[in-house]
Amino acid sequence: MTALVIAEHDNKTLNEATARTVTAAVAVSSPVHVLVAGENCAAVAEAAAKIAGVEKVLLADSPLYGRMLAETMEAVILSVAGTYDALLAPATTTGKNYLPRVAAKLDVPQISEITAVIAPDTFERPIYAGNAVETVEAAAGKKVITVRTTAFKPAAEGGNAPVEKLAAAADPGLSKFVEESLSKSERPELTSARIVISGGRGLGSTENFHLLDRIADRLGAAVGASRAAVDAGYVPNDFQVGQTGKAVAPDLYLAIGISGAIQHLAGMKDSRVIAAINKDPEAPIFSVADYGLVEDLFKAIPELNDELQKRGLGQRA
Amino acid sequence: MKVLVPVKRVVDFNVRVRVKADQSGVDLANVKMSMNPFDEIAVEEAVRLKEKGKANEVVIVSIGPAQAADTIRTALAMGGDRGILVKTDIAPEPLAVAKLLKAICDEEKPELVLCGKQAIDSDANQTGQMLAALMGWGQATFAHSLELGDGAAKVAREIDGGLQTVEVKLPAVVTTDLRLNQPRYASLPNIMKAKKKPIAEKTPADLGVDVTPRLKVLKVTEPQPRGGGVKVKSVSELVDKLVEAGVLK
Ligand SMILES: Cc1cc2nc3c(=O)[nH]c(=O)nc-3n(C[C@H](O)[C@H](O)[C@H](O)COP(=O)(O)OP(=O)(O)OC[C@H]3O[C@@H](n4cnc5c(N)ncnc54)[C@H](O)[C@@H]3O)c2cc1C
Ligand SMILES: Nc1ncnc2c1ncn2[C@@H]1O[C@H](COP(=O)(O)O)[C@@H](O)[C@H]1O
Repeated sequence: MTALVIAEHDNKTLNEATARTVTAAVAVSSPVHVLVAGENCAAVAEAAAKIAGVEKVLLADSPLYGRMLAETMEAVILSVAGTYDALLAPATTTGKNYLPRVAAKLDVPQISEITAVIAPDTFERPIYAGNAVETVEAAAGKKVITVRTTAFKPAAEGGNAPVEKLAAAADPGLSKFVEESLSKSERPELTSARIVISGGRGLGSTENFHLLDRIADRLGAAVGASRAAVDAGYVPNDFQVGQTGKAVAPDLYLAIGISGAIQHLAGMKDSRVIAAINKDPEAPIFSVADYGLVEDLFKAIPELNDELQKRGLGQRA
Repeated sequence: MKVLVPVKRVVDFNVRVRVKADQSGVDLANVKMSMNPFDEIAVEEAVRLKEKGKANEVVIVSIGPAQAADTIRTALAMGGDRGILVKTDIAPEPLAVAKLLKAICDEEKPELVLCGKQAIDSDANQTGQMLAALMGWGQATFAHSLELGDGAAKVAREIDGGLQTVEVKLPAVVTTDLRLNQPRYASLPNIMKAKKKPIAEKTPADLGVDVTPRLKVLKVTEPQPRGGGVKVKSVSELVDKLVEAGVLK
């Protein structure tokens, strides 16, 4: 029995979410094949072929898949789905967009955002903003699964799988790409960064939010935010960490001026070490923080920057 | 045009749920229930389309127990025109919800279905996409802004890297994200008016859909507890601790 992992990429580079999804897939069914659907994305297929545990890479290279729109992705995945007993995609906004369509067409209930594979047909997933964990058993037949990638380590390199070309499926002609405005950043991606420094409403403005930049640059950290900070327009939507934003699990999560609502905790409480700076000693964030500092952030942030500099800490110190 | 808005009755977002001792689920006895917040955003958007003259009827659908009628009433008080309650005491899985909604779409023939992106109880994030696939329609999930044109909708979507704008042919399914709008509070007169708006009742059997769950929930447990740690007195002590913990180098 074989599993198919649908690759996450930007046509140039393979996103690490893919190798993490392969780790989950191997526990469900093996061998594992990877489908790379994109446009001028042969380099991505080559990268996927190097993931250990991958037996074959299917490459669907066509302008139809350049933006991985849900309707065209549904068609190409369905064109090969028949031979697989499990289909897995990372629970990114891309995977969440197309995979339920595939599940519906296959008449299979999707299992969303698994965080553990207990047995090939049994999975754990968080529900109620992570306040409970559900253990679910899939019915016999095909399994359709999205994977919370922070819960799985990336599969190692070392594979050498053949790449097989796949014909494009018919264009359903239901939607088209208009434009994209992506946040540009030199910093690591939120979901795979080793250190994440997040700010909340307490930062008070866009300018103040930039106070976090110096520290983030020094530490090679990604910058995240609470919903309140995004809603207030301090930072773009893709910074949001939480139940309905991104799930992160870095070695260090620094929460600054964030109260710690359950919806925020849902996205970061699996971090290895959590540190919080908040002027309110009663803030719920302190109930999950390994280290809490009750202080005004406008005093603490410059101090933190100085301290890091003084001690020569951080990648770019 | 007609807009259909599916709304789910869920545990209020402020409630911190507790897992039952026998691990059979979460304790919902005497817990405050509300409309799924993303669905409030969907209702608000539909009502705004009506106010702008882009839509002429907003139909609210909920699938759930008898009390889901209250959730429909809330949506009617926000400006929905009429409701459809599909009564079932089984909590249907997203695929079953999508099939029920398909049966309703086949009857009602809306040009736009506005759903929430995710129900905050089961956190599935599936139903809108499944409905679109079953209907053979296009979709625009995680909507940040929505513009209705001639036979198509232009939607900016909140994606992992920023925003992506797509144009999707109508009829279509659009699912809402947090920034689409700020839902209104229903006024008292509108709450009174909503009491007179019609709610039709149906059952899954009427719609020819089997809602028996297909996944087996073996248990529901507490997440790994994460105790609060220590309070430090200064930034310098904080840095000491983080170095000791090996996360700052
Ligand atoms: C459907 C739904 C989905 C949601 N999804 C998410 C999600 O994915 N992610 C998310 O984060 N939230 C989410 N939320 C929102 C969540 O409920 C909270 O409203 C939000 O997380 C609060 O953000 P905050 O902590 O920045 O703001 P607040 O709760 O206002 O907290 C600000 C904190 O800053 C502190 N502060 C202020 N000034 C200073 C200062 N000078 N120095 C130090 N500390 C200071 C205050 O003491 C306070 O604790 C969601 C809500 C709903 C209803
Ligand atoms: N029982 C239900 N009744 C009405 N609408 C629902 C129901 N379940 C899900 N939905 C709709 O589908 C969206 C996504 O739900 P889900 O796929 O369960 O996360 C919700 O925001 C609702 O708009």
